[in-house]
Amino acid sequence: METASTLTWTIYDADKMTQREIYGLVLTDLGRQHPKIVGLSADLAKSTKIGTFGDAYPDRFFNFGIAEQNMFGAAAGLAKAGLIPFVSTMSAFASMRACEFVRTDICYQNLNVKIIATHGGMSFGSGGSTHHANEDLSIIRAFPNLTVVAPADTIETALAVKKCMDIQGPVYIRIGRGFEPRIYESEEYGFEIGKAHELRSGTDITIIATGNTVFHAVQAADIMNKNSGLSVRVLNMHTLKPIDQDAVLKALVETRRLLTVEDHSVIGGLGSAVADVIAASGKGCAFNKLGVPDTFCPHGNPEDLMHMYKIDTDGIIETVGELMQRDFEEDEDWEDEV
Amino acid sequence: MSLTEQELATLKERAASIRCQIADVTGWSGGAHIGGSLSMVDILTLLYWKYLRIDPANPAWEDRDRFVLSKGHGGVGHAVVLAERGYFDKAALHEFNETGSMLGMHLDSNKVPGCDASTGSMGHGLSQAVGMALGARVLKKEWRVFCMIGDGESNEGSIWEAAMAAAHYKLDNLIVIQDRNHLMIDGPTEEVMSLEPLPDKWRAFGFETREVNGHDLPALAEAFEFAIAHKGSPVMLVCDTIKGKGVEFMEGKPEWHYGGLNAEQIAKAKASIENKG
Repeated sequence: METASTLTWTIYDADKMTQREIYGLVLTDLGRQHPKIVGLSADLAKSTKIGTFGDAYPDRFFNFGIAEQNMFGAAAGLAKAGLIPFVSTMSAFASMRACEFVRTDICYQNLNVKIIATHGGMSFGSGGSTHHANEDLSIIRAFPNLTVVAPADTIETALAVKKCMDIQGPVYIRIGRGFEPRIYESEEYGFEIGKAHELRSGTDITIIATGNTVFHAVQAADIMNKNSGLSVRVLNMHTLKPIDQDAVLKALVETRRLLTVEDHSVIGGLGSAVADVIAASGKGCAFNKLGVPDTFCPHGNPEDLMHMYKIDTDGIIETVGELMQRDFEEDEDWEDEV
Repeated sequence: MSLTEQELATLKERAASIRCQIADVTGWSGGAHIGGSLSMVDILTLLYWKYLRIDPANPAWEDRDRFVLSKGHGGVGHAVVLAERGYFDKAALHEFNETGSMLGMHLDSNKVPGCDASTGSMGHGLSQAVGMALGARVLKKEWRVFCMIGDGESNEGSIWEAAMAAAHYKLDNLIVIQDRNHLMIDGPTEEVMSLEPLPDKWRAFGFETREVNGHDLPALAEAFEFAIAHKGSPVMLVCDTIKGKGVEFMEGKPEWHYGGLNAEQIAKAKASIENKG
């Protein structure tokens, strides 16, 4: 079998494209190499950019209309037939409207279905809560067999879409809607599903971010590392499940202050996954989660909403300042801890 | 005539035996969905012993016909049929519902040889069947997909989403069988949530639709041969059946949707089945 690394596609125009556009191009490229890939849409072929694949391979592309439950069930059937379905719809509909079909038909049967969930978090800001997906990670992280990835930018989206082919089983790739700022300059930075990528080294505090908040974590770290004398580490936790426990524990021991940042509810997403690792370690630390609090947020410009919930550069800097003041452990001796 | 006299006699005998075994497993397991399993036995017997192109020695044979039991609570009936057909040792039936056993109320396709889809939650199997039928088209395969749905199950919106897609893609390799036993847990389907005019609904959705007595083997055989030969659209066979069919004290009784049987009841059930055979 050909592997993702044999692809000829390069990072042309990555600055000018959205994650969705990159996804459409990469999938079309993959389709050339893998005749068993089929594309599925629920009347969002244009919006999710899977239409690019459909234009290239009309015999392997199926629009199911606005019927997400059936689409995910049919994806399970296509996978059972030996095909590799890439199913695209908005995160809100993949995780909630079609929730049980993803869980029972795809995850329970451990089928080789790739879910490309667009418009993650509040990225469809003006759409309001009906089209926001602030709960998807919380819901789907509980599904056994499912790998969950939230790429940070266009280049990482391309890598995730290619690398998910190496996993024999269901994968959920959560991407945004708009022009997510680019972080990576090339594909050669060692992306590996399940392994966090350290974007900035540091010893005072670690910011763990995922998806579109990684850019803000990097910006915040650069400002603080330059201006405040702090040494701020940044981890791009692109894989929510399985979470990279080693990277979290290393950050815990080495920086002892951790902040998670996500365009998602603070209940059940990245912050909760990291908190689980911290709690199980038995080690004390200063910890906080940035994300959407337990509320339905208003509609609006995504950048405004991110600012409102402090999941942007300013909010991260402010929260890091607070965390640096927190006295979490008078006794510096780690040896007496479990 | 689609069935010879000899075939008919053998199939009838097989169906009666399967019904008796379902009664046994219902007793061993402490309780099972016996009513809706008995209603579908004649249809499954005909499919598994005459029409499905399958190889029980090679359950994963790529070119096999698929059978999806969308009404997954018929698992006890399906399990007996699969065991009888030779997919696995009948000894497994003795452990039905037991912790850690291969067989439980709703069959798991990753555990049970011959089970093509895990089902149980209503309104999922038909969508999977649509995917399998589309898959045959993409892969240029000749396999056919048979999918049995329940009538109560047809309250689910996803059934109609799947119906739309099957007709839209003109899936003539998909044959849907409606086990129209008229009863659901809370009572008659028309009292709980009206389905009629059910065949007309399927016609309106684009299915070539036939109505047939689901216990009349020669009539069923003709219906299947029609369905298999039909081109250009998916086919729906609305099979009129009796919940609890074959066991007099269960027939048409919604309370036998699910139940357990003691030794005396098993004997009574078997006597009833054999009398009717």
